[in-house]
Amino acid sequence: MFGFGILFGLLVLPLVGAAFILVQRGEDEATLSNVRWAALATTVVTFLLALVAWARFDTALPGFQLVESHAWISPEIAFKLGVDGFSMPFVLLTAFLMPFCILASFETITKRVKEYMVAFLVLETLMIGVFVALDLFLFYIFFEAVLIPMFLIIGIWGGKRRIYASFKFFLYTLLGSVLMLIAMIAMYWTAGTSDIERLLAFGFDPSLQWWLWLAFFASFAVKMPMWPVHTWLPDAHVEAPTAGSVILAGILLKMGGYGFVRFSLPMFPDASVEFAPLVFTLSVIAIIYTSLVALMQEDMKKLIAYSSVAHMGFVTMGLFTMTPQGIEGAMFQMVSHGLISGALFLCVGVIYDRMHTREIAAFGGLTSRMPLYAIVFLTLTMANVGLPGTSGFVGEFLTMMGAFQANFWVAFFAAFGVILSAAYALWLYWRVMNGPLEKPALAALPDLTRREIVLLAPLVLLVIYYGVQPQPILDAFAAPTEAVLRAAAPALEGAATALAGAQ
Amino acid sequence: MLPESAVPLPVFPVPALGPALPEIVLAAGALVLVLIGAFRGERSTALVSAGAIGLMLVSLALVFLAPAETQVTFFGAFVNDAFARFFKVLVLIGSITALMMSHDHFRRLGIDRFEYPILIVLATIGMMVMVSAGDLIALYMGLELQSLAAYVIASLHRDDGRSTEAGLKYFVLGALSSGLLLYGASLVYGFTGTVSFEGIQLALAGGASTGAIFGLVFVAAGVAFKISAVPFHMWTPDVYEGAPTPVTAFFASAPKMAAMALAVRLFMDAFPTIVDEWRQIVIFISLASVILGSFAAIGQTNLKRLMAYSSIGNVGFALVGLAAGTEAGVQGVLIYMAIYLVLTLGGFACILGMRRGGVVLEDISDLAGVHKHHPGLAFCLAAVVLSLAGIPPLAGFFAKLYVFLAAVEAGLAILAVIAVVASVPGAYYYLRIVKVMYFDEPVAPFDPMPAPLGGVMVVSSVFNLIFWLVPAPLFAAALIAAQSLS
Repeated sequence: MFGFGILFGLLVLPLVGAAFILVQRGEDEATLSNVRWAALATTVVTFLLALVAWARFDTALPGFQLVESHAWISPEIAFKLGVDGFSMPFVLLTAFLMPFCILASFETITKRVKEYMVAFLVLETLMIGVFVALDLFLFYIFFEAVLIPMFLIIGIWGGKRRIYASFKFFLYTLLGSVLMLIAMIAMYWTAGTSDIERLLAFGFDPSLQWWLWLAFFASFAVKMPMWPVHTWLPDAHVEAPTAGSVILAGILLKMGGYGFVRFSLPMFPDASVEFAPLVFTLSVIAIIYTSLVALMQEDMKKLIAYSSVAHMGFVTMGLFTMTPQGIEGAMFQMVSHGLISGALFLCVGVIYDRMHTREIAAFGGLTSRMPLYAIVFLTLTMANVGLPGTSGFVGEFLTMMGAFQANFWVAFFAAFGVILSAAYALWLYWRVMNGPLEKPALAALPDLTRREIVLLAPLVLLVIYYGVQPQPILDAFAAPTEAVLRAAAPALEGAATALAGAQ
Repeated sequence: MLPESAVPLPVFPVPALGPALPEIVLAAGALVLVLIGAFRGERSTALVSAGAIGLMLVSLALVFLAPAETQVTFFGAFVNDAFARFFKVLVLIGSITALMMSHDHFRRLGIDRFEYPILIVLATIGMMVMVSAGDLIALYMGLELQSLAAYVIASLHRDDGRSTEAGLKYFVLGALSSGLLLYGASLVYGFTGTVSFEGIQLALAGGASTGAIFGLVFVAAGVAFKISAVPFHMWTPDVYEGAPTPVTAFFASAPKMAAMALAVRLFMDAFPTIVDEWRQIVIFISLASVILGSFAAIGQTNLKRLMAYSSIGNVGFALVGLAAGTEAGVQGVLIYMAIYLVLTLGGFACILGMRRGGVVLEDISDLAGVHKHHPGLAFCLAAVVLSLAGIPPLAGFFAKLYVFLAAVEAGLAILAVIAVVASVPGAYYYLRIVKVMYFDEPVAPFDPMPAPLGGVMVVSSVFNLIFWLVPAPLFAAALIAAQSLS
């Protein structure tokens, strides 16, 4: 329509909703209700549009689809949008999670509702933009701009230490990203274009790759986050409002992994092979160390935040194994973790809204009072552990398979993470849900309300559905993964020959 | 009776006046305004003010109407090329906006003298001559006309100790720097035998003598003072803080444009053949400015002082483009200054709007929770400071993007990396303003704001927000301007 495609529509739609909300006047309950429903309607329509895009998308094709290009800065730097098998699932995931975020905030957000909804809708546009941008600088703009609404969401609607957490979040990620900008500029001058499609085919000089890879790594490692630059995440998670945590864990962390698979692996294959041991080391440390840290947490959100870092460790490990299973598994793990951690944060939100505390010690024996909640929480806990039959299993299993092919010891140590994840997740469940209901404050807790059921049921069902039917998503990843591996084949062979020569 | 001369008197050709028409209109108009003011006294301020704005608008229209090609007149002393016109537009916009924002402020303080608009016009003529200068003498004349007017308006608030102190400081240090520049210019003249930029360029083509390099260093020091780059920045925070806020808004906008234009023209037009000699100087002052601007602002509580440090840092970023010494670098500087102008004016419009019970407020803490009563002001200032921090998609990001593009192309990737990393601590103090405005508890609302302030805020915010969607026009204009220089 008017020369603009469906992806452009996905970017504009949330902004239209935001504009509509901005012109609403008044602070009375009726206006606020309008604002909430308008935001929900916008996100739902956006999701439907994303489904239309998905329907038009052909997973068998490896290249970019639904491509549209508009004049922008110069002939070489265009406003180019498009999706491939890597990005399409994340566009869907973003559009899918947003209505839940809005719905989760219906009753919990009472101050500055209008600004809150606008911040979330703007955030949605920017997040979708990250996944559909096909120009380096356009990608950077979306990638960085996400910081502004997230900074406001944590800072305005967050908990007690919200200011510390919001500043830490902003400055940490900013420091990581600025180096990437310089690397992008260097790529632009070297290749003469900032078009991602053409850059993928360019082939950078290995000595330059080395620097570029490090600069991109600085940005994506912070975003993932990888050990040791993960410390902003627990703070941000704990202080953010529930919906903020869902977005943070569900989408923002995935931008790092998406960045690796979009830029680092296919554009700098030689450097990726060379640096793979570094990534493996950091991933294994992240998996084991943060799992141990998670065991010791007394705050539920913090525990889930650390478990996120551990799960992202599996993702980075899987990506840099440079095997089909590893990459597809890592991508699947990200989608699945987006659903599971999002749902887990919503679960924490449910009891937080009732008790206004997230301290594990404040709960115990909730099963008898909240049976429905117990079922949901147990399912998600199991999915978080990676129980077969849930989507968590598929990702972990595939990444481990990839890791075994790449390096036995990496897989060996990562396997400890699986055990530890069972320990912290089950122990959390046991402390919160099982045992006798001794605390008097808990005696009158109501079970899930209808709104909360609507909120959690789709997520739980999807987690189970993708646990037994992972194929639809894996199919989408297959074609681009093959392309990445084809690009990396010479580098991998070179490394293998060098290794053989050394032995 | 005079004897009949055998030789005819030498006939001086009259230079073409057309290329300098915008300046001539301003100069003639300023004299008329002085007369109006002198005859009608203090009652005439509103009239003179309106007249000054009208004059500058006419001048702006004339700049736009000028033919596209480069015109040279006054025997090479005055060059009207696309580069000059680009900066003239910026200077005029800066002056007009600063003047529009000042009237109400001065009226409330009881210092709305008719001299102020006239001095602004005179300073504007000086700046326009600066950006059009084709030789060292025209450059110096323009610079002094601007500076002398600026010294006076810095101490406009005569009964205020800070204002007079600011004027005095500005005058003493400004005179010193003018002296440095003049001394350097005389050395350059002495060792090249010419004052025209073209001539200097030719004379230095085969390499520079030590004397000429000495001259270059002194000239660079003088220029660094005018653009308030480290290590000649010390006057900036004091003058910014001490001068009445509308004057500060003026200092931060138009003269900054002109001084940067002067720096670019001097280095790129007069000394392009000895790039390697001056590049190291520019790299040093650029990095020093970026780093100082980033760190020194963290401890500031006064918004005007903070804007001063911010301007030091931003000049440092603009100089990254100049350090590249290429056409793309000049283009980057032009884009940077244009965007910076809009941000500065928007920022000062917000600061000027801070007044409670008639008392002028300048502290960051006075902004607490301002989003509640003045969402427009809060949004505008938040967009300005985030833009100054270089966060996309705001306009300030593109300013930085272009100078970095030029720097990396010229092989100065290390410079770009240091500058970009140093900008992160700078982001902290910009974020602090956002935090105070949006996270803190609201206090009482400000007094109602005059319409011009609101207008500037709206324009600045809209520019800031939609620039990323239509960046091409500014980039194209800057490219044409940069091409005209070489």
